[in-house]
Amino acid sequence: MKPTSSQFKKSARVALVDPDLQRAMGFIRSGFVENRRAAVEKLPEFDELRRSARGIKEHTLQNLDFYLQAFEKRVKADGGQVYWASTPEEARDIVLGICRRAGAKRVTKAKSMVGEEIAINEALESAGFEAIETDLGEYIIQLAEEPPSHIIAPAVHKTKSQITELFHKHHARYGYTERQTEVPGLVDEARQVLREKFLSADVGITGANFLVAETGSTVIVTNEGNGDLTNTLPPVHIVTAGIEKVVPTREDVSTLLRVLARSATGQEMSVYTTFSTGPRRQNDLDGPTEFHVVLLDNGRSQMLGNEFHEMLRCIRCGACMNHCPVYQGIGGHAYGWVYVGPMGSVLTPLMVGLDQAGDLPNACTLNGRCEEVCPMGIGLPGMLRQLRRRQYQNRQTSTVSRVALAAWSFLVRRPRLYRRVMGGAVASLAWLARRRGRFRHMLFAGGWTSVRDLPAPQGSSFQNQWRKRRQGSQS
Amino acid sequence: MSDAREQVLANIRAALNRAGPLPDSIARSLQGRLSRPRANLKPAIGGDTIAHFIEKLGSVSGKITRVASIDKVAEVVARHLESFDLGDALVVAPDPALEGIPWSNRLGVERRAAAGGDRLSVTGAYAAVAETGSLVLLSSPDSPTTLNFLPDDHVIVLRESQIVPHIEDVWVRMRSDKQAMPRTVNFITGPSKTADVEQTIQEGAHGPRRLHVILVAK
Repeated sequence: MKPTSSQFKKSARVALVDPDLQRAMGFIRSGFVENRRAAVEKLPEFDELRRSARGIKEHTLQNLDFYLQAFEKRVKADGGQVYWASTPEEARDIVLGICRRAGAKRVTKAKSMVGEEIAINEALESAGFEAIETDLGEYIIQLAEEPPSHIIAPAVHKTKSQITELFHKHHARYGYTERQTEVPGLVDEARQVLREKFLSADVGITGANFLVAETGSTVIVTNEGNGDLTNTLPPVHIVTAGIEKVVPTREDVSTLLRVLARSATGQEMSVYTTFSTGPRRQNDLDGPTEFHVVLLDNGRSQMLGNEFHEMLRCIRCGACMNHCPVYQGIGGHAYGWVYVGPMGSVLTPLMVGLDQAGDLPNACTLNGRCEEVCPMGIGLPGMLRQLRRRQYQNRQTSTVSRVALAAWSFLVRRPRLYRRVMGGAVASLAWLARRRGRFRHMLFAGGWTSVRDLPAPQGSSFQNQWRKRRQGSQS
Repeated sequence: MSDAREQVLANIRAALNRAGPLPDSIARSLQGRLSRPRANLKPAIGGDTIAHFIEKLGSVSGKITRVASIDKVAEVVARHLESFDLGDALVVAPDPALEGIPWSNRLGVERRAAAGGDRLSVTGAYAAVAETGSLVLLSSPDSPTTLNFLPDDHVIVLRESQIVPHIEDVWVRMRSDKQAMPRTVNFITGPSKTADVEQTIQEGAHGPRRLHVILVAK
């Protein structure tokens, strides 16, 4: 998809007054946040597991070339193919080439963030293939022609009645003419429509939560079972994965699984955790005859070893966005690309360019919740600050804020002047607001006062009060 | 294609301040980490592995029926078919461990991979994990993967001796059995479900609507 992150402010304003979206976002707070808390409380070893998980990823990243090659060797030994792509274009061409060689018409897809990153659906459709998302949430937004608004619950912004209308509109051609208004009916109708697609697909595309160097396996974690129907029924299985997904051993995956599901949905283990290793074996009665893994870089190797290195530890659980007050307020679409919330605010500028996504690092209160809940201990607020610094250095910030910051830095480096100016400002503000004690409007503070009053200072600065108190206690 | 490969590897090495591949000594030690994997921290679970497994499976809506011996499996499956009105046809995995089951003549039993319209499958399992309540199935001619996903109902025949405490114990068991990685290893933890419509949990999304484990004492 084309990034629309440059429209962030406008999109966020629209999102804030969208009643359906606001209602849907309420489910994030009551669902994900509460479930994660309960799951973490039940596991006394959680923090220790987190440290261990983080150590595994860090070790792998320090030796990333070695583990990727080891993975590649094992995949080939079991009869699979490995492809490398530096850019989304290269990855798309590889996938399209495999589909063409297979003489494919219909391609089923299980949720893959790398698939979104390389916009594989659009590429498949415009090359004449029928591409069908099979994760229920992804299917819903594919029908609605919208991007995902959450990395693990892509249709979280959709209400039940919106889904009813979508299905009614798109399923009539399969003979489903009655409106399904309840969850079981909706899920069942999608199950039946998609079942036919699964059984007649020529290629199945999945992502990967992990790649295992020890065995050449790709691992997916799902609850619906669509990933497994996608990688078992069609004759060709393609896996698209970022290069940072590799870990050394099955033991290491086991550790990561313990923090992934708990952080994501609050489950101890997702319903289906599946290791795929090569194509079907001789005498197997089912499974694909071709197994292809496409490894995508797309800027990841540029993050290694620099200030954004930690981002490569991300296991895409979504905990950061679930706990982010900004994400909770505006949902995912305002972020304008496939990765949303705090992790998206770091990844989008790095992958599509800071000039395209300049508002994202600033759409953050720096409250630190994301870092606190991140199972991989990724310092997201620090990286957002780093991106702000880059913006300032690249002169990508507004003149107003540059002048204001310059004035501020001039002032704070001169304590005596600072105290005098602030003392004067505080006193005059207090005098101006002497009757109401607060301001309804103030010059240069419209962003604050447009939605709430600004409390007025009480007349004396903290420093002044502190000095007086100390003098008092000494005498 | 190979250009991109060299490019990606070169970028990684440059970022890690290395001119080429890892020195042999380090590569050998990493190779050792791969060929002799060690378990990381395993969370403590109670002393009774079987009881823990049963509790965990129950907590993810898996049904469990305990029987004394494998010949009782037929009755349990017949009752399951009846109580969910699933007709009298079933597909059984061509697994030698399931051969001794005395199916009633009333039932149409086929031994094959699954097809789109199958209502109920019966499979064995390679292991089960007490920590999470997961069943572990390895794909093979005896255990086609489609049986785990296409039918409405999935019945798994598990022996108590197959239950291990942690996920890692499955890998240890596979290595000591000289069991290579098959095409698919499925960890199945309850029936298929989705929460994609307003975060309401609904079972039977794309995979089985019900998961029923028949736990055989010996």
